Amino acid sequence: MNKTSAGKTPAKYGKIVLNILITLAVYAVMMVVIQGGMLSRQMTSIIIPCCINVMLAVSLCLLVGYLGELTLGHAGFMSIGAYAGALLTNYLDMPPVAELLIGMLAGGIIASVFAVVIGLPVLRLKGDYLAIVTLGFGEIIRSVINSLEFTGGAKGLSGIGTYATYKNFTFVYIFVILTILLIANLVHSRHGRAITAVRDNYIAAEAIGIHVGRFKTMAFVISAFFAGLAGVIYAHNVGILKPANFDYNKSIEILVMVVLGGMGNIKGSIIAAIILTLLPEVLRSAADYRMLLYSIVLIAMMLFNNSRFKLAIVEKRNLKKAAEIQKEGE
Amino acid sequence: MALLEVKGLGISFGGLRAVDDLNMEVDRDSLVGLIGPNGAGKTTAFNLLTGVYEPTDGIINLDGVNLVGKKPPEICEAGIARTFQNIRLFSQMSVLDNVKVPLHHHLSYSLAESFLHLGSYRKKEKEMDERAMEILSVFDLDKQADQLASNLPYGKQRKLEIARALATEPKLLLLDEPAAGMNPHETEELMNTIRLVRDRFKVAILLIEHDMKLVSGICEYLYVLNFGTELASGKTGDVLNDPRVIKAYLGE
Ligand SMILES: Nc1ncnc2c1ncn2[C@@H]1O[C@H](COP(=O)(O)OP(=O)(O)OP(=O)(O)O)[C@@H](O)[C@H]1O
Ligand SMILES: [Mg+2]
Repeated sequence: MNKTSAGKTPAKYGKIVLNILITLAVYAVMMVVIQGGMLSRQMTSIIIPCCINVMLAVSLCLLVGYLGELTLGHAGFMSIGAYAGALLTNYLDMPPVAELLIGMLAGGIIASVFAVVIGLPVLRLKGDYLAIVTLGFGEIIRSVINSLEFTGGAKGLSGIGTYATYKNFTFVYIFVILTILLIANLVHSRHGRAITAVRDNYIAAEAIGIHVGRFKTMAFVISAFFAGLAGVIYAHNVGILKPANFDYNKSIEILVMVVLGGMGNIKGSIIAAIILTLLPEVLRSAADYRMLLYSIVLIAMMLFNNSRFKLAIVEKRNLKKAAEIQKEGE
Repeated sequence: MALLEVKGLGISFGGLRAVDDLNMEVDRDSLVGLIGPNGAGKTTAFNLLTGVYEPTDGIINLDGVNLVGKKPPEICEAGIARTFQNIRLFSQMSVLDNVKVPLHHHLSYSLAESFLHLGSYRKKEKEMDERAMEILSVFDLDKQADQLASNLPYGKQRKLEIARALATEPKLLLLDEPAAGMNPHETEELMNTIRLVRDRFKVAILLIEHDMKLVSGICEYLYVLNFGTELASGKTGDVLNDPRVIKAYLGE
């Protein structure tokens, strides 16, 4: 039997160990930097937004990259989570961590409930139509929040405990890692394979017994759940929620992270989310040219994604792999 | 009782009667051909049998179970698997994963186990890997298990489609022009593979094919379609010598 494929191989274990080491190393570095006060105030203030964007990008990656559906309503699910969580923690009177945990659970679940309700009719649509309808959904959520009283309307919802600042980095980091781990695990499971099969060819997927609608809804709901979690963290990071923070620009910002990350590529989404969150801040010193530089970097990243250069790298890797397989066969 | 029983099957697209009053029987473990000129309605018949289209008339029974009105995934679960005339693989997935996707009916685990990779995840995945490799090796695809499906040469892609269909453990396998685009050598090899599949997987096979060498070589029984209706049916040798069939193929 071909041992490159069956079960967990030493190479796969090596990868797991490497990922654990990276996770710990990033955590250690961040803790040293934060505790040592080595960063400017500006930089410390974007640590948590980085984490939030990673969660958003990875959860959207499941939809856009693996399910292959272009949706533009991710900020809508984020806002549902944010408001649900914040309203709940404003009401509760418990230790911050307990409040935050309960708020996140509620935010995630309510976002998923919305995803079921919206997903059932909307996921029948294909391609551009789905993008347009989800865009509309995001905007509707925003204007509803804008006009309701208990959400604070356009003035915003304030008085939210800032439980998720850089001082609570450990807490937030745990949820970032959980999000990445759970979604990456899902992708490498029978459910994830079914979702990817729907993307590659839904007619063939149906013909081999996959209930396409069921798996589309599943991906939609899971993605919304994690967007909701990210929303709750966001609420408790900034302390005040305004509907305007969740407009379609936010959805597109997240989508850009996923696209630049190489679509069905979780690692790429993570890196793109971090770079795109840092970039505007790093370029702040170049004030006037900031947006110009920002766009240049964006275009450069996009070009690299499709470039000969990258293709050449991938090709070389494939060739090496093919050679290894051949050797093994001999 | 025959495995598959089709009676009075029909469908219209607007004014066009693509399949009309089709009657068919396929016995367990048999190898049956469905032939006819281009546009005769063969692929449409497959689409009716697999629930892609719902018939306007007729009855489809598999093992005595009515299939009319069922959706494709349900029909798959009932025991019919198929390949497509224009190959439909999961092109951005590995060869191995293409075969593992349909295995999840028989080797299942919960969503929680998918998220956590705990519980029976390891064990079931390992079983899936082994089963998939076993099926792939029948088609000589095991060496390419880690490649992307889209990187396979054309002939191998056709084989992978058959492997994937078999992974659903069907009672009846429908092959839509399996030899299309193959050279005579590859076709010869495919004929052996199809026979092997029938014997090894204990499955009845109904196949559409234009390559008469393949049809006469492996089919025991033939149905001939022309303009959506049955023109002839019977033992392969008899049907291929039927003047009506020859006329339909050669034209006036
Ligand atoms: N979805 C559809 N809508 C309208 N007409 C259709 C549809 N599907 C098939 N047809 C028509 O039905 C007829 C039969 O087509 P079908 O694809 O079944 O032929 P076939 O026997 O498989 O031919 P070939 O050997 O070329 O594959 C054709 O005239 C085709 O144009
Ligand atoms: Mg056809």
